[in-house]
Parts: sequence; C-alpha cells; structure tokens
Amino acid sequence: MLNRRTLLTATAGALAAPAVARAQETPGVTASEIRIGNTMPYSGPASAYGSIGRSHQHFFRMINDQGGIAGRKINFITYDDGYSPPKTVEQTRRLVEQDKVAFLFNPLGTASNSAILRYVNQRKVPHLFLSTGADKWGNYQDTPWTIGWQPSYRTEAQIYMKHMLEQRPNAKLALLYQNDDFGKDYVTGVRDILGSRFDSIVRTVSHEATDPTIDSQVVSLQSSGADVLLTATTPKFAAQTIRRVADVGWKPLHYLTNVSISVGTVMEPAGPERGIGIITSAYLKDPTDPGWANDAGMNQWRAFMQKYIPDGDMKDGSFPFAFGVASTLMQVLKQCEGNFSRESIMRQAANIKALEVPTLLPGILVNTAPDNFHPIRHMQLQKWSGTTWERFGGVIEGAKV
Amino acid sequence: MDGFAHQIIAGIATGGIYASVALALVMIYQATHHVNFAQGEMATLSTFIAWSMVEAGIPYWLAFLGTVVVSFIIGVLVERLLMRPVQNAPVLTHVGVFIGLLLIVGNMTGWIFGYTTKVFPSPFASSGPLMGGLVSAHELGSTAVTLVVLILVFLFFRYTSLGLAMRAAAYNPRSARLVGIRVGWMLALGWGLAAAIGAVAGMMVAPVVFLDPTMMTGILLYAFAGALIGGIDNPLGAVIGGFAVGVLENLAGAYVVGTELKLTVALAIIIGVLVVRPSGLLGRVVTSRV
Repeated sequence: MLNRRTLLTATAGALAAPAVARAQETPGVTASEIRIGNTMPYSGPASAYGSIGRSHQHFFRMINDQGGIAGRKINFITYDDGYSPPKTVEQTRRLVEQDKVAFLFNPLGTASNSAILRYVNQRKVPHLFLSTGADKWGNYQDTPWTIGWQPSYRTEAQIYMKHMLEQRPNAKLALLYQNDDFGKDYVTGVRDILGSRFDSIVRTVSHEATDPTIDSQVVSLQSSGADVLLTATTPKFAAQTIRRVADVGWKPLHYLTNVSISVGTVMEPAGPERGIGIITSAYLKDPTDPGWANDAGMNQWRAFMQKYIPDGDMKDGSFPFAFGVASTLMQVLKQCEGNFSRESIMRQAANIKALEVPTLLPGILVNTAPDNFHPIRHMQLQKWSGTTWERFGGVIEGAKV
Repeated sequence: MDGFAHQIIAGIATGGIYASVALALVMIYQATHHVNFAQGEMATLSTFIAWSMVEAGIPYWLAFLGTVVVSFIIGVLVERLLMRPVQNAPVLTHVGVFIGLLLIVGNMTGWIFGYTTKVFPSPFASSGPLMGGLVSAHELGSTAVTLVVLILVFLFFRYTSLGLAMRAAAYNPRSARLVGIRVGWMLALGWGLAAAIGAVAGMMVAPVVFLDPTMMTGILLYAFAGALIGGIDNPLGAVIGGFAVGVLENLAGAYVVGTELKLTVALAIIIGVLVVRPSGLLGRVVTSRV
C-alpha cells in the first residue's frame, strides 16, 4: 500500500542516492546544503521565546544571501514543541530520522533538552548551544555530543558568592531556591565557592513551583538572622519575594537570579522602589541600554534586524541572544573548513578560542575545549536603581571546578 | 519563637486565600453534588476578565460587579451546554468533562491573555504593611470579603426559598421535580453562583500571588483540603478549614516535614479526612437508603 511513510522513504531514498554515490556520509550534508534542526516553543506557556527561533530563521537567510558556508546553503528546519518535553522528543526524532539533519542547534528548554539528551547522545548527533542555563550541558564526559552556550546557573551562583565574600567576608547567607534542576544548580554553585563553610553560614529553604506563596519561606529565612539573600526562583515568585522581603522590613544584600529580572514581569509587579539595590548579573548587551547606541557589535545586530526582521521588537532581549548564539555557530562551521562530518562539527564546537561575539558584553569571550563545555563563564554584575539595571564593576569569572 | 508566631500569622494570611476558594468549591457541591475540578481555571479566567476591564479604564468596583455577572453567565452556559447533555451519565463521565474543561479553560486563558505575570489591583488602600509586614491591608480586606460572601451564602441557602429549592434539587432531584422544582435550572443556577463566587475569590487572590493563567493550580488543592476538613457541604466549615490548612501547611513546612513536602501535607489531609471522617468536622453525615 502506498501511504505517506513509504512515499516519504522512497522520496528520501531517491534524493539521497546521488549523495551516497559521492561517499558523503553525514546525513543532512550535500554538496549544496547543510540541514540544521531545531525545536522551539512557538506556542504554549513559553511562546515568548519563539522570537529566538524566528531570529534564527532570518539569520540563516542572511547567511545564505551572503553565499552560505563553504559553498553550501543552510537549510534551517525548526519545529514547535509547545514547551512540552514529549513533543520535543517527537519533533527531534522527526528531525533526525525523517528530515535527516546534520545536527541540532539551540533547542530551547531545560526539561525539553533533558528529554532528548540520551537519544541524541546515543545516535551521536551534535546537540549544540542549547537555550537553557542548566549546568548539566557542560558534562563532556557523560554526554559528549551535547554542549550549552550561556553561563550556567551554577556559574552565576559562583559569581555572586565571589562578590559576596569580597563585600561581606562574614556574611550569613539565606538561599531561597525553587526545588528543581534550575534552583538546585544555584545550591551547587554556592557550595562550590563556600565549600566546608556552607553548612555553618548558609540557611537554604526551597519552594515548589506549585506553592501559592513563598511567605512562609521568607519568614524562615529572615528568622535565621542572615544578612545576605540569594533568590533563585522564577519570575512570579521572585516578585513575591521582593515584595515580602521589603514589607517585613528585612534589608539583606539581595542577589537575584538573572532569570527573573524582567522589568515588566518582576520589578514592576513587586514595586520598583522595593527592589532598589538588588544585584543580578548579565552577559549580553541589553538592547534598551543607551550605552550601546553606537556600539559596533550592536550596530551589526541592528542592521540585521532592520533588513531581515523589520517588524521585530527591538526591546526583546531574545533577539540579541539569538544573534549571539547563531554567530557562535557560524564560527564553528567556519572552523570545520568544509569537513561537515558529525565528528568534525563536534570537535570544532569544543575548540573555540577567545571568540568575540557582537552581542556579548565587552570582555566576555566564548571559549571551549575538549574538557570545557561551558562556552561562557564570565558575567558582569548589575544593580537595580529603581528604574533600570545598572552594570558595575568588572567582568567576574566563575569558579574552576 | 518570633519565627513561630510569624509563621502562624503568615499562615492565616495564606489561609484566607484557601478559604475563599474552598467556599466556591462548597457552593458548587451544595448545588450539584459535584466537585468541579475546573473551578480554579474558571476563576482565573474571570480574574483576567476583571483585569481587562480595569486596564480598559473601568473603575474597580464596577469591573468587580461586571466580572461577577459575566462569570455567573459563563457558569450557567457551561452547565447548559456541557453538563446538561451528560447529566444522566455516570460520575466518571462528569469527571472527564471537568478535566476537559480544566484543560480547555486553562489553555484558552493563556492563549488569549499570555503567560506573563500581571499585576492585579487591590481595592483596599494600602496603608503600608501591618503586623510586621506579614499581613497587608489587602489580605485583611479580602478576608472580610470572604466572610461577607460566607454570610450571604449561608443566608441564601438557609432562608430563601430559592436556596431551599437548590438544595432539594441537589439532594434528591426526583422528589424535587415532583414538588414542582425545575431541577435543570436549579443546577444551572448553582453553576452560575459557584462561578461568581470563584470570580470573587480570584479577584481577592490575584493581588497577593500575581495574575497568570496557572494562578489557581496550586491553590485549588489546598482549598480542596480546606473544604474537606470543614465538611464539603458546609460553607462555614470550608472557611475554617481553609484557614486551618494555611496555618498547618506553614508549621509543617517550617518545622516538621520541610518545604519540599508542603503540598504532600495537603494531600495527606485530603486522604486522612476521607478515611477517618468523610463528612469533615462540621459536615453532616448523610446516610442514604439503597
């Protein structure tokens, strides 16, 4: 019976035949094309991040307009996973087995990527520069085909601790974290820096994503007598925390995960004046920061936006993020020098040396090595002034662990 | 010891939230003898409707009233369009409809209004934090609103003939029909009232926990535990139960089982009550002859 699958197989076979004849072994790579796969939440609760995928589609169109890479055009295939891990698995299998992509680039979501981690590593498909800050993507020993991009939550926590010890060597720390992979990365990062002192100076309290409020947690942390607070939780709870901490008259030195620093969804709901002095971190240039009005890197990004995504929201930080991560990928493909086997792509992904990326803060470089799968390990701190986040101090490096 | 007292105060404040949602659960149970799993999602949708009105510049109390009316109509429509066709179907079918409703309403809310956290205004002027910042003027105000709703519900069921007819329709539809009560409309009315009370609860909760489409997901479980402690058919019991769960949850989370198991405490309460005293503390024991 002729159904869709047999038809697809037959077509795929017919299309693949000439490539096989030239002994081209990497799926998705022909003399004229490289196929790249991606999943994104274009629908569902995280659909705001869909602009990252949208940016990539236009970015690769720009690359193709400029002649492609090593004589090949990029065919970027991106599917909606609705931010639902089972769907990510389904779409990833479709990308790998039907579309036969050469590798996966920048799929979004910690849970989504966790769901496909085993599959891609078993099949040895490069799984490059994921859109998630979990630390586990840097585990080059167990998952050598997976590599992250942005600074991990663990690195971020290390940076806050370095700053805290410098400011208040005798600090007592209260750590509020969401009880999942995301929140626990911060606990690990704090432990990396404090080591054996952890138990004597840190009071940790967790909350569940299903908890209606964190009031009880704030009461516990405040009554522990801590003078520093690190809040590692998602936007809604971060806003609740900032408000409650101010209302109970607790005035700790407050570090806040950069996952929850949106002005519109965290700082304003919490009350902008309540958050004054809160410290967080950054690694990307903020498109709304007037300091970058004449910055060469940001001008490059703005030129891209103007030509390819003229209706894109220039305030949406997802666009500079996407531009930065796609630029990093282009460096990898360039370094491959025409050898696009999966091994070669992975080798070059782990061989980036001090790469300057247009949308990263000055002094923050991308570095990878066979034993370093954490491409970005530096951040700069910034403080809430009541209206904006203001960067201060130099770039701080995470701990070497 | 200071921390202990603060945990109790914070627990009472959170308990007020549970109490208002528990009241909506009791309402629909009294009117239909079902527990509507989509109650929370429907209340969230109502709150978003109120939010849109306030954003459009309508004064708060007018928006409040408008939302209650719109929610009442939505509740009636849901009963007429979705529940009525399956009214004689087994309980499992109803559960299926409730869960479907939960998913549809929840996702529809996200689709229409987006998933980003929104600020919902409070009608109670903030005179600054009270009781060491643990209770806000809004939390006191919303507790007062919950108590007012409680009294209204009590008076309605106890002293009006419509309330009596509704109770009759829920307890014994056949006999009710024989004495001339329009059972179908009584059920629809019950849904409408429950949706309206849910809307009030949503509008009281949103300023505290911030408004997003998943606002009620966690709250509903605690509210359910509260309603069961008090007795699922007793409004006063539900309110007391709500406050009790708020305090118990905080104390257990802070001193006994740890914050990881706070939700488990609510589930344990639900199971415990169902096993030991299914009618709750204030509920009536109903025996039916078969």
